[in-house]
Amino acid sequence: MNWDWQVFLQDTGGGQTYLDWMLSAWGWTLSVAFLALLIAFAFGALVGTIRTLPNDRLSARLMIGFGHAWVEIFRNVPLLVQVFIWYHVIPALVPAFKGLPGFVLVVAALGLFTSARIAEQVRAGIQSLPRGQRQAAMAIGMSTVQTYRLVILPMAFRIIIPPLTSESMNIIKNSSVAFAVSVAELTLFALQAQEETSRGIEVYLAVTSLYMVSAFAVNRLMAMVERRVRVPGLIVAGQSGGH
Amino acid sequence: MNLDLSFYSWEVISRYILQGFSFSIQLTIIATLGGLFFGTLLALMRLSSNRWLQLPAAAYVNTMRSIPLVMVILWFFLLIPFMIGRPIGAELSATITFIAFEAAYFSEIMRAGIQSIPRGQVFAGQALGMTYSQNMRLIVLPQAFRNMLPVVLTQTIILFQDTSLVYAIGAYDLLKGFELAGKNYGRPIEAYLLAAAVYFVICFSLSLLVKRLQEKIAIIR
Repeated sequence: MNWDWQVFLQDTGGGQTYLDWMLSAWGWTLSVAFLALLIAFAFGALVGTIRTLPNDRLSARLMIGFGHAWVEIFRNVPLLVQVFIWYHVIPALVPAFKGLPGFVLVVAALGLFTSARIAEQVRAGIQSLPRGQRQAAMAIGMSTVQTYRLVILPMAFRIIIPPLTSESMNIIKNSSVAFAVSVAELTLFALQAQEETSRGIEVYLAVTSLYMVSAFAVNRLMAMVERRVRVPGLIVAGQSGGH
Repeated sequence: MNLDLSFYSWEVISRYILQGFSFSIQLTIIATLGGLFFGTLLALMRLSSNRWLQLPAAAYVNTMRSIPLVMVILWFFLLIPFMIGRPIGAELSATITFIAFEAAYFSEIMRAGIQSIPRGQVFAGQALGMTYSQNMRLIVLPQAFRNMLPVVLTQTIILFQDTSLVYAIGAYDLLKGFELAGKNYGRPIEAYLLAAAVYFVICFSLSLLVKRLQEKIAIIR
């Protein structure tokens, strides 16, 4: 076969080249992934922590039940279906969401989907701590909030960085579903540019390598964070799975 | 905005949903079995001492795992017709893609499973004079499969959810069935809500079963 990389210098008809278009699509992919990751960290940390609360009171039990429901709902519906629910259903049912751009809705969908997975990692991290830590905090008279803020969470968050790394890489891959609601990200670019130029292999190769470069960059970045916040004397094995 | 629940009728379901549902189930089963078969081969290649087996398997698995599934689906849909010289249906292309893609994920699971078998088991097999393939077939793999069964089933649930991504090449799966029904009856909202409910019920009940199985296996071990 013959390569034709000059396809990227062709004009798309709108005064920009396919290369320009692809780079802007890369920007959209990274923005969707990054913003969704922020949402996922915030909700994931909160829900994961809630699920480990001591269940001595009714209010705590209700909150734990809410945490379970959250994780099960967002984990057991395919991401693409969740994206469609956010894009087609929620704006029609909830007036406040009417007229929001697809970008925002996809970020919400991807963020909450990933939050359930991060909640599980946070819960596992908290439960992997020796029980003595919690008991020691209680013994010196700390309240539940103090126990979590000063003792448990600072340890747990550092322990779960390896699984969070793979979630951060997953979110870049998963952001590709945004094509289904016409967000101008890399996968949509790949589909459209392939159709317009008939140089599918060149276009797909370029897009695939941008995905790989992005995931690799996240991997290195998180490895740096991991080295800096490592708990001295603790060896934690990495985890993997899901996609 | 009022929901029209009369949309959920047997007529709609039998005309649009069942065909897609059976394709999604079929795709999940074929991809699980095919993925397990090729995944086990890949795992054995990676664990072999021959570098010419090790390196290609590692490269294949790592490449597959670092590309979004949607892009893999698009790649195969582009490349298969290119290689065999004639067009291929979206459904067949999706099936081949999922076997190839899941093989990479299942190979990581199987590798962990094989490595979890104590080395003494392998040595004992060798001491009895078993060949490599006898040792794998009779001693190592049966135990690895049993230990990894919950993880394999969890991956299968994820796989079932991922089959919805064949949307990218327009294959007729469960989600597509709901989408078409919603479009043709002018009831997209009800259709998507029901789609989410159906996926949820299937995946949630399967995950409960896996959890029970996990407890049982944990006791045996």
